[in-house]
Amino acid sequence: MADQLPEHPDFLWRNPEPKKSYEAVIIGGGGHGLATAYYLAKNHGMTNIAILERGWLAGGNMARNTTIIRSNYLWDESAAIYEKSLKLWEQLPEELDYDFLFSQRGVLNLAHTLQDVRESQRRVNANFLNGVDAEWLDPKQVKEVCPIINIGDDLRYPVMGGTYQPRAGIAKHDHVAWAFARKCDEMGVDIIQNCEVTGVERIGDKVVGVRTNRGNIATERVAMCVAGDSSVLADMAGIRLPIQSHPLQALVSELFEPVHPTVVMSNHVHVYVSQAHKGELVMGAGVDSYNGYGQRGGFHVIEEQLAAAVELFPIFSRAHVLRTWGGIVDVTLDASPIVSRTEVDGLYVNCGWGTGGFKGTPAAGLTFAHTIANDDPHPLNAPYALERFETGHLIDEHGAAAVAH
Amino acid sequence: MLLISCPNCGPRDETEFHYGGQAHVPYPEDPYALSDREWAEYLFYRDNDRGAYAERWSHSLGCRKWFNAVRDTVTYDFTAIYPMGDPRPTTSEGAVR
Repeated sequence: MADQLPEHPDFLWRNPEPKKSYEAVIIGGGGHGLATAYYLAKNHGMTNIAILERGWLAGGNMARNTTIIRSNYLWDESAAIYEKSLKLWEQLPEELDYDFLFSQRGVLNLAHTLQDVRESQRRVNANFLNGVDAEWLDPKQVKEVCPIINIGDDLRYPVMGGTYQPRAGIAKHDHVAWAFARKCDEMGVDIIQNCEVTGVERIGDKVVGVRTNRGNIATERVAMCVAGDSSVLADMAGIRLPIQSHPLQALVSELFEPVHPTVVMSNHVHVYVSQAHKGELVMGAGVDSYNGYGQRGGFHVIEEQLAAAVELFPIFSRAHVLRTWGGIVDVTLDASPIVSRTEVDGLYVNCGWGTGGFKGTPAAGLTFAHTIANDDPHPLNAPYALERFETGHLIDEHGAAAVAH
Repeated sequence: MLLISCPNCGPRDETEFHYGGQAHVPYPEDPYALSDREWAEYLFYRDNDRGAYAERWSHSLGCRKWFNAVRDTVTYDFTAIYPMGDPRPTTSEGAVR
């Protein structure tokens, strides 16, 4: 498998000094910031823009996620934006001229209780109505898709079936970032690393610039794509966001021959597993319960997800954990993102993607760029405005389908 | 895993506790007087501080009582534990022993 990895090209983007002013400034050089810049330049002709990244490009959650891409969400608003995202994923390798190993190996969401079965079948039907590919599989069919799953009745929570989305899959996340960065750079976008925003300048209710550790930058449009640190940045701009930051952990095993052909997720016993192209088993689970910015979490969370994984996949009992890590995810109370204007003119916020931001990268970029360029949301992100917390039009994916994204 | 000093039971593993989010968010005195924005603030907006944070915990697998704590959200260190209903300690008062 390792010989499939493309050569790492030398230089994909410049490292320019920040200019005194830009038409728009995107804060955060992760996947969402890069995708936003890409679509601002490509779809809206805005190339006099900068991405400001506090650390190095794609060194935050873009480097820490478990790379799962799927669109089998329950609610119409979610299916619409995540399915658009999946369709963009399908065209991006060619569009960006970069093979970032997007592999549509399918995703299985397992059901372990009668309630799981009912909810899963409901979700399959909802997916059909929204044009999202989805199937309900009985345990034997689950075993056919993923032969290493234990479907016996000796489990505490036996596999009673699962939903399957064949078009779902994984991609190599760092290559995705590099692919976007190269195209952004080609179109004239300044990607400025090691540039930390220390303040947001306002005159009245209008944004006029940002302060950074590399000088002040004047701009009338500031777009936030900083995930776990969104509240801290929003505070600099004088606004409050309805999000809470939590540690989310993931882990990998040592490298193995290909044993796991798809992506398996289980909300009930709570683990999600795929096998990366290099060969590591990649696993994640839920967030730590408390608010945290520490980029690390409790080992008992790892222990629980490994217990679930070993029960579902008995052959994993001989594997070793090679590395665990944590990121900071920004969670809303309805587990749906915020892609929105704010009460401050020229300040736009893209946050709240919680544990599932990677798969949303292209659609977040597309809709956020549209929102910034037109000062008006794209139809796909209109439901994801901050106003929903006042109107009550929540998009409750927490209650509906996905504990895990 | 955090080691949390329950005021009633002493230091116990984090897995015995349930997290209750931000402390000191009182139910509005007159909910009907609130605008939609203010009601949204009460329901959905919580502080999300980087650093010292006053929060609620319940020792749900022990004495089952709630208490408040001040914890640093970057280092995860507890700096104060105090009864619900008490104001947030300002200095070393209520410091973890």
